[in-house]
Amino acid sequence: MKVLVIGSGPIVIGQSAEFDYSGAQACKALREEGVRVVLVNSNPATIQTDRDVADRIYIEPLTPEFLEKIIAKEKPDALLATAGGQTGLNIAMELFRKGVLKKHNVEFLGTDADSIETAESRESFNRLMERIGIPVLPGRVVKSLEQAKSFSDGNGFPLIVRPSFTLGGTGGGTAHDENELETILGQALRLSSTGEALVEKSALGWGEFEYEVVRDARGNAEIICNMENIDPMGVHTGESIVVAPSQTLSDRDHQLLRDASLRIVNAIGIKGSCNVQLAMNQQTGEYVVIEVNPRLSRSSALASKATGYPIARAATKIALGKSLPEIKNAITGTSAAFEPSLDYVVVKIPRWPFDKFPKTPRTIGTQMKSTGEVMAIGRTFQEALSKAIRSLEVKIPRDLDADRHLNPPTDQRLFAILESFRQGKGVELLHQKTGINRWFLRRMEEMAQLEKRLAGQKLSRELLLSAKRAGFSDSAIARLTGQEELEIRSVRKSFGIIPTYKIVDSCAGEFEAVTPYFYSTYEEENEAGEWKGKKVVVVGAGPIRIGQGIEFDYCCSHAAFALRDMGYRSIMINNNPETVSTDFDSSDRLYFEPLTFEDVMNVIENENPEGLIVQLGGQTGINLAQRLEEAGAKILGTPIEGIDKAEDRDRFSELAEKLGIPQPENGIAMSEAQALEVASRIGYPVVVRPSYVIAGRAMEIVRNESGLRSYIAEAVEVSNRKPVLIDRYIENAIECEVDAVSDGKNVFIGGIMEHIEPAGVHSGDANIVLPSIRLSDDEKKKIREFTEKLAHALGIVGLINIQYVVKGGTVYILEANPRASRTVPFVSKAIGLPLAKLAARAMLGEKISLEKPRQKCYAVKSIVFPFLKLLGTDIKLGPEMRSTGETMGLGESFEIAYYKALLAAGVGIEKERPAAFLSLRDQDKHCVPEFASLLKRLGFAIYGTMGTVGPVEGAVGVAKIGQGHPDVLDLIDSGTVNLVVNTPTRGGLAHTDGFRMRKASIQKGIPCITNITTAFELMKALDRLEEEFEVRTVEEWRG
Amino acid sequence: MKAVLALKDGTVLFGTGFGAKGERVGELVFNTSMTGYQEALTDPSYAGQILLMTYPLIGNYGTNARDRESGRVHPSGFAVRQVSPDREHREADNSLQAFLGQHGIPAISGIDTRFLVRHIRDKGVMPAIISVSDQEINAKQLVERLKGFDYSSVDFVSQVSTPEPVVYGKGRKVALLDFGAKLGIARELVKRGCEVHMLPCHTSADKIKELEPEGIMLSNGPGDPSIPGYAHRTIRNLAGYCPMFGVCLGHQLIAHAMGGSTYKLKFGHRGSNHPVQDLQKGRVAITTQNHGFAVKELPKGFELTHVNVNDGSIEGMRCRDKGIFSVQYHPEASPGPHDSGQLFDEFVRMM
Repeated sequence: MKVLVIGSGPIVIGQSAEFDYSGAQACKALREEGVRVVLVNSNPATIQTDRDVADRIYIEPLTPEFLEKIIAKEKPDALLATAGGQTGLNIAMELFRKGVLKKHNVEFLGTDADSIETAESRESFNRLMERIGIPVLPGRVVKSLEQAKSFSDGNGFPLIVRPSFTLGGTGGGTAHDENELETILGQALRLSSTGEALVEKSALGWGEFEYEVVRDARGNAEIICNMENIDPMGVHTGESIVVAPSQTLSDRDHQLLRDASLRIVNAIGIKGSCNVQLAMNQQTGEYVVIEVNPRLSRSSALASKATGYPIARAATKIALGKSLPEIKNAITGTSAAFEPSLDYVVVKIPRWPFDKFPKTPRTIGTQMKSTGEVMAIGRTFQEALSKAIRSLEVKIPRDLDADRHLNPPTDQRLFAILESFRQGKGVELLHQKTGINRWFLRRMEEMAQLEKRLAGQKLSRELLLSAKRAGFSDSAIARLTGQEELEIRSVRKSFGIIPTYKIVDSCAGEFEAVTPYFYSTYEEENEAGEWKGKKVVVVGAGPIRIGQGIEFDYCCSHAAFALRDMGYRSIMINNNPETVSTDFDSSDRLYFEPLTFEDVMNVIENENPEGLIVQLGGQTGINLAQRLEEAGAKILGTPIEGIDKAEDRDRFSELAEKLGIPQPENGIAMSEAQALEVASRIGYPVVVRPSYVIAGRAMEIVRNESGLRSYIAEAVEVSNRKPVLIDRYIENAIECEVDAVSDGKNVFIGGIMEHIEPAGVHSGDANIVLPSIRLSDDEKKKIREFTEKLAHALGIVGLINIQYVVKGGTVYILEANPRASRTVPFVSKAIGLPLAKLAARAMLGEKISLEKPRQKCYAVKSIVFPFLKLLGTDIKLGPEMRSTGETMGLGESFEIAYYKALLAAGVGIEKERPAAFLSLRDQDKHCVPEFASLLKRLGFAIYGTMGTVGPVEGAVGVAKIGQGHPDVLDLIDSGTVNLVVNTPTRGGLAHTDGFRMRKASIQKGIPCITNITTAFELMKALDRLEEEFEVRTVEEWRG
Repeated sequence: MKAVLALKDGTVLFGTGFGAKGERVGELVFNTSMTGYQEALTDPSYAGQILLMTYPLIGNYGTNARDRESGRVHPSGFAVRQVSPDREHREADNSLQAFLGQHGIPAISGIDTRFLVRHIRDKGVMPAIISVSDQEINAKQLVERLKGFDYSSVDFVSQVSTPEPVVYGKGRKVALLDFGAKLGIARELVKRGCEVHMLPCHTSADKIKELEPEGIMLSNGPGDPSIPGYAHRTIRNLAGYCPMFGVCLGHQLIAHAMGGSTYKLKFGHRGSNHPVQDLQKGRVAITTQNHGFAVKELPKGFELTHVNVNDGSIEGMRCRDKGIFSVQYHPEASPGPHDSGQLFDEFVRMM
């Protein structure tokens, strides 16, 4: 039997790493049953696209056209539609509706297409609920504003507006009046794939609960986990702080919701997994069902990690026709037919990207804005909450203006509540303001009280133990008691207060667990007892955030696999519930813990490993390395000294000079005056940024003195301890980067990747091609030479990523990262060699045998941006990273690969009646004639600003915004144009025409390209579209 | 308040006391239900036992007038990881602390309950003593006091059964033999149009026949099923008289009465997540369980109808000739899933 599994594509807000986790687990479950798996995903940074996860792997755009080609070629017997999130499900449904599956005799595995349709369409779902007597909120599916208004006339405001068939609540919102209804509904109707939206009475303030159900074809059904949103209705569950199991439901309440969930799932006819969202008015006991997700979901991933029950595995076996009692519980060896019992508390907190988008409104609501999440486990609610907070790796704001964050809620609400309690505000007041159940508020109030006790009393053993049992970190206790963290650590140890590790076993200890999946707490018995053998700890990557995404989890997982292959015992420490690395069988021991010095060091002291791998989890591990080493841990691979030399701009600069590697002129400034002086010495434009950064936070290209002054005033704080780095910005240069692995002697260069955009776009946001297309042999030779020199000089053992800029035959070095980079999975897939595994092997002393990479095709990495979710953010790109995910396109030519990568990233060009709107900045205007003639040849109608298209024959010049109609906004809104090319001028002001134009195109869902090079390359690719696209497996492409 | 929980094997845990002051002995057992502590505390099957909840946070939603399975709290002591200092629920009329205090039950919190669960899982259930006091507690002496306690020698049924008959509902007459019945059983039957006569456990078969019931319900209850010989006799004399349905202890008593046997499980099944497979239909139900003993051999003429998916133990049996069927688990739920309520329908249909 051959089964096609559809993945979920690039990471976007609302659809993150959880689908790599569930998809990979599904593939494994299928292959255990002897099924051959054909996997399709456009995201290279996934474990599921690894050679050893599926039999035939396609990295191709996830569009129905490409899927049909793959189906025609592979002739699978069946399709698994429910492991690829909403993206995978939507495509599968489209293939079903178009008759593609029938034509090729492909069976729909698991929950039937009809059942999925019932669950996904509001109208049929509500009808079904009415039939089985499950209450729903009054609502109506509408196709127009008139219909919505007639509903609001009868039901009043606030109303929730939700487009059908979108993910993460995209385009939805809460409308408090008719004006808001008009705006939100307009957006929702545009985004819905069926042109429908649901307008629904709001249950604002009710408690929100989720039930994760698994049901087999025989009708056996069970609840794997119930979860309670601490943020009541009105905040998307993906944006809510969630606790599992529920804390405020009595058994009577719980059984009411459990019964409802089971009846719903039975009525739909789920064969696999389903998430049921319910709301309960906790004053009256009334409840309603909000919606269901008839597939694996973010919640099912969370529930799996929270309980230890592998939902994706069970759902897949069910899809193959197995019944629940026939499936084994991999954790206890008993049957999968049971409901997990927890003897701990789990807290999930979303990770928001507002640190990257300082201008975006921080309010949270019915639409997702978070990029990732953390999960923490404790024996008390406070312990789990405290651990989750420190897992976020965010700076906890002090002296917050609390009232501004309570209602409407922002990402800082939790901190605002704690701050309010510190200020002596009461539970009742906060309950009124936030609607959060008093039980949770009281626990938070207790935390504030405990802080006071710590600050005011002598630190007795009893007090310290209470603080540790409430999850307080040593560093928090140190801050409150005016001591150093290490002092607290040693006092704590002298009191004999050391963490004990407990097992997550799905059964509250009733049966012996065979899977060592641990969390820390402060009690009597340590279940992570002595364990002999050669052990290595892998420090994970933590929550998915912009700049540190799934790529790093991919690398950590690979390290664990490599360790196992080499006969080491792998120990993973991580706190991201969405990922493969925290699957219970990815490593030999899993510690679900925050990634702070204290928590990591505690695990090290418990395990006493041979060493630690810190360089694969992004900046997280690197930032901890020095302290861990000082405390006695052994860092494997590149020594701390080498890491520091690469990270410290001054030392790095010195080293480059010593090695004779050219760098753009640069300098360091400790004050504004110094910055101005350095910049004038180097000459504008300059790139400025603070030292020690993740993903170019607060990095900017500044073109003159006033720009530099305002950057320093607005964006950063400059001081002796926090200097600002200033580099000359080399204009119109080619930027490229290298991922290499070194064993200390041999340096293996995975590939020289070339950025398609000119230098200045953050490497994480750039479209990248491998192999390079514009570099000369001589330039490539230099790059190789510099890479080797630098790797040797830094003592790299493991991975290094180096960024270069090439102009006029000179290769300049920009920076070196002594760690895994986000391009490692992309390069690995392109050349067919697992760089992260090689790095892990090198770190354990293995020599790298140098094979020449084999790659007969072009590979292009493209990216996706979260702008639709973060309206109010300008989409122009620069040296700050803003993308959430990536796609890979493979083809015989660069153009084809590039087009496929863009297509996979959602940049599709209308073929029927193409029309482009051009508005270019002055320095790009010389490109207009050539670009316009290319557009014309491709049949585009051309519109544009007078300044841009004035000289173009046949082009329609359009009025500036506010100077008559139709203007560009009208053209976008009316659907007249379906491609916008707008290269922004300086200044990020929200009222500029460019900003409004870009925002409108995002809302309308049409591609908006902000870089002229990108636009050119896209058109060139379109020019070649006459050729039939061919689908091939990754290995076939590589040749 | 200070509190100590001491086990017969010398394991001693120090914690914080709540509920009532005092010292009580019982067999230490654990329950894995994450909700439903009030229903469990008022379940007469826990007589003679110290109940430990595996879920660490207990008391969050307080206690109320509705969720009681009897008029009393039956376990001799209660052990949790953390008791909520306050309660939050629309129905709550009391805190768990006050509720236990009023019922005179000592309770302990702040101990490593998971350690105890694993200990019991490895060593089997064992006698334990709980002590709650304002004063320092001498743990050594406590263990001494456990010497005379033998759970399996006590007839707990006689202690918890109703002294006088009680009638619930209106309709078809059902005799409910109270061996320690949860009110949920009567509730389920009343819901299905029955007039439930809850009878003392010592009621003779003749007395029951005088009532002319259409069905006989044998309840759950505490203790070793081999002890109440009077119940075995009654059941034997009633077998075949009219449809008979037994749950939990009632099921085990039928086994003894009709010539089968029971055995003591190492640490029992107590929780709301136990999978039971119906052998006829092939379906699995998630059930509430609370038993330390199980049926070993079916009586002659009985067929096996249900098994535990986890350990294969006997969960249900039936004798078609005599119209008797019984299950080891709790179709009345409370606490726990309602997945098996149809067994009551079946019973009423048979009447």
